[in-house]
Amino acid sequence: MQPHFLVHDNGDNVGVAVVEGIAAGAELSGWVMDTDETITLKAKDAIPLGHKIALKALPEGETVVKYGHDVGRVVAGVEPGGHVHVQNVKTKRW
Amino acid sequence: MAAERIFMGYRRENDRVGIRNHVVVLPVDDISNAACEAVANNIKGVQALPHSYGRLQFGADLELTFRTLIGTGCNPNVAAVIVIGIEPGWTKRIVDGIAATGKPVEGFAIEEHGDIDTVARASRKAKEFVQWATEKQREEASLDELHIATKCGESDTTSGLGSCPTVGNLIDKVDVAGATTCFGETSELTGAEMICADRAATPEAREKFVRTWNAYNDFINENKTDDLSESQPTKGNIAGGLTTIEEKAFGNLQKIGKVARYIDVLEPAETPAKGAGLYFMDTSSAAAECNTLQAAAGFVVHLFPTGQGNIIGNPIMPVIKLTANPKTARTMAEHIDLDVSGLLRREMNLDEAGDRLIDITLRTCNGRMTAAEALGHREFVITKLYRSA
Repeated sequence: MQPHFLVHDNGDNVGVAVVEGIAAGAELSGWVMDTDETITLKAKDAIPLGHKIALKALPEGETVVKYGHDVGRVVAGVEPGGHVHVQNVKTKRW
Repeated sequence: MAAERIFMGYRRENDRVGIRNHVVVLPVDDISNAACEAVANNIKGVQALPHSYGRLQFGADLELTFRTLIGTGCNPNVAAVIVIGIEPGWTKRIVDGIAATGKPVEGFAIEEHGDIDTVARASRKAKEFVQWATEKQREEASLDELHIATKCGESDTTSGLGSCPTVGNLIDKVDVAGATTCFGETSELTGAEMICADRAATPEAREKFVRTWNAYNDFINENKTDDLSESQPTKGNIAGGLTTIEEKAFGNLQKIGKVARYIDVLEPAETPAKGAGLYFMDTSSAAAECNTLQAAAGFVVHLFPTGQGNIIGNPIMPVIKLTANPKTARTMAEHIDLDVSGLLRREMNLDEAGDRLIDITLRTCNGRMTAAEALGHREFVITKLYRSA
């Protein structure tokens, strides 16, 4: 079955939506590519294709982990299933 | 294995193999564009490469412009070259640089003649060159004679999930087969720069990469007015779901695969000199600038993963576009040479996607026009390091 979202690495705290039109409240299945596991999650927000979804609660100050690496800092807390993007995450560089 | 296959190319006087047979009219400077375009209009099968610079540049910036123009003429996808400049001195410098390959090249200076007489004489020579070039025949060549460059653009999260790892799969396979390959985009490795440093084949290459990345990062820190959001990552990247430069960098770096190690770090437009293998080139991440530098370094075919649908081409180096974004594959279909969105649906694995990319790459080498070639994308942009005098 086609997953709704993909997770690069087992330790990541975000996944990526790979289907169009994920609505708030939708029950989603995700494929963890690293371990070939399937996980489930309820979307808190609408998640556009290619955008990130929080796999767990991400409080302000938390590090976003994708590819198993630090890709930015949370500047506004995100609930599990929430839309993770420029409104709540900033670069730690520049 | 697919990577052992051969292709049909044009063997040049210096034994480098090209996959296209262009005759180009190369302006030394911006004010010679009109004459070059007039020649290309007179003689069919000849193309002009207009650009914006070549006057009052100095120091490293001037050297880079010379290296870019000479390198473009030297590229094995080019059979013969007409060079036109406003004055004879710099025109001759470019002619002499290209002539070192042994290919036919002739220079014309406009001063003391005017455009009309120059265009007439250059057109007669261009006609001679194009009739000579069109008798050239393709012959068998092997993957270890192929120079492949890569760069991604209008990336989104699907680039890091699918299209960039597909290029990485190809790079790992052709590296073993002895191909010469190149990636760049110095500032776009920010966040993943230490991971990239660790992919150097030697301590010397590692040290060179770290020095190159630090210099670019210092330049950004000295000139930035904000955190570069909307520039790097671009508005298109953000629309596609990429949030930070760090996230973009890890996706970008998927293009060099899992195994291959870079053997040297090149200056912009510098020709690889250490034999077969993967090279890093110091470039910006602006697609036309980066691709122009890679073509000037002698790379003959380009692999370009895109997320949101960058439509870039190059006048002399075919640019193969691939995407893993199913929406882009649908809405931008005419720009896409290979759709690997099946990776995201678990319909194909990375090994299969890499083999498909090798297949379309070899077909392109054999003569199949890329989407960008068919659509007339011929972006040629010189990298300018600083203001002219």
